[in-house]
Amino acid sequence: MEKMCKEELKQLIRSTNFAVIELGLYLDTHPTSACALTKYHNLKNTLKDAIAVYEKNYGPLSIYGVKCEEEWTWVNEPWPWQEGGSC
Amino acid sequence: MWTYNKMLEFPVKIKTTNPKLAMAIMSQLGGPDGEKGASTRYLSQRYAMKDKRVIATLTDIGTEELNHEEMVAAIITQLTKNLTIGEIEKSGFYQYYVDHTIGIWPQAASGMPFSTATLQSTGDPIADLHEDLAAEQKARLTYDNILRLCKDEPDVYEAIKFLRAREMVHYQRFGESLRLVQEGLDARNFYAFNPSFDKKAPCLD
Repeated sequence: MEKMCKEELKQLIRSTNFAVIELGLYLDTHPTSACALTKYHNLKNTLKDAIAVYEKNYGPLSIYGVKCEEEWTWVNEPWPWQEGGSC
Repeated sequence: MWTYNKMLEFPVKIKTTNPKLAMAIMSQLGGPDGEKGASTRYLSQRYAMKDKRVIATLTDIGTEELNHEEMVAAIITQLTKNLTIGEIEKSGFYQYYVDHTIGIWPQAASGMPFSTATLQSTGDPIADLHEDLAAEQKARLTYDNILRLCKDEPDVYEAIKFLRAREMVHYQRFGESLRLVQEGLDARNFYAFNPSFDKKAPCLD
């Protein structure tokens, strides 16, 4: 993950996040599915790691992800509808 | 409590503007079966729901719809970026432009403003879940109609196709939710009482 470029990391975060959302919805109506729960935990860990690497190198994805102590970096990266914001 | 993530569920990167198509797609933001109506409907219905699994489903689908609102708004924004007055005059976008320039205002393609009059929160779990199943089908068909209009715009087509697929998944989850609610009711008469209102279920007398 450390070697991934910004676009690759963003794509990994987006696809893993999607899988977590999808598994979450399935688990809402099938809360006793052991198979779905195992997949959820594996993907959630991948997602957590990928977000940590992204935020360290490229800036926060949520208000809790600001790492810089000198500057409020939340306002720096483009918003998702802007150019470069949906890479 | 909600937290904003600076990311779309599916990327929206549209290279060519198309104000006419933007006018059509706008219906999925503020139209009768649009994403704003979906999030408002599901997030409002949660409070009268008793089954914890169904509350989770309404919360998580309602939250996903908030991101779909942002996706549709991103599509409209990118389809109308850098428009010239000439393009606006030619495209049929000019009625919208007069009031909103190229800002985002939730309305139907017809110009009807977003209204909660197009959705229900009845306080009755069976009625609400049937409403939700119908809502997902109506959103699905609206996306089908939009897909016919954007065959030559691959960037738009892929994003709309993704949104359409989500309606099908939500429909499935709401079907399961309805089954979960009915399993907790009187199997001889699901309508014997409203589990969200009647203090004592008549069938349990």
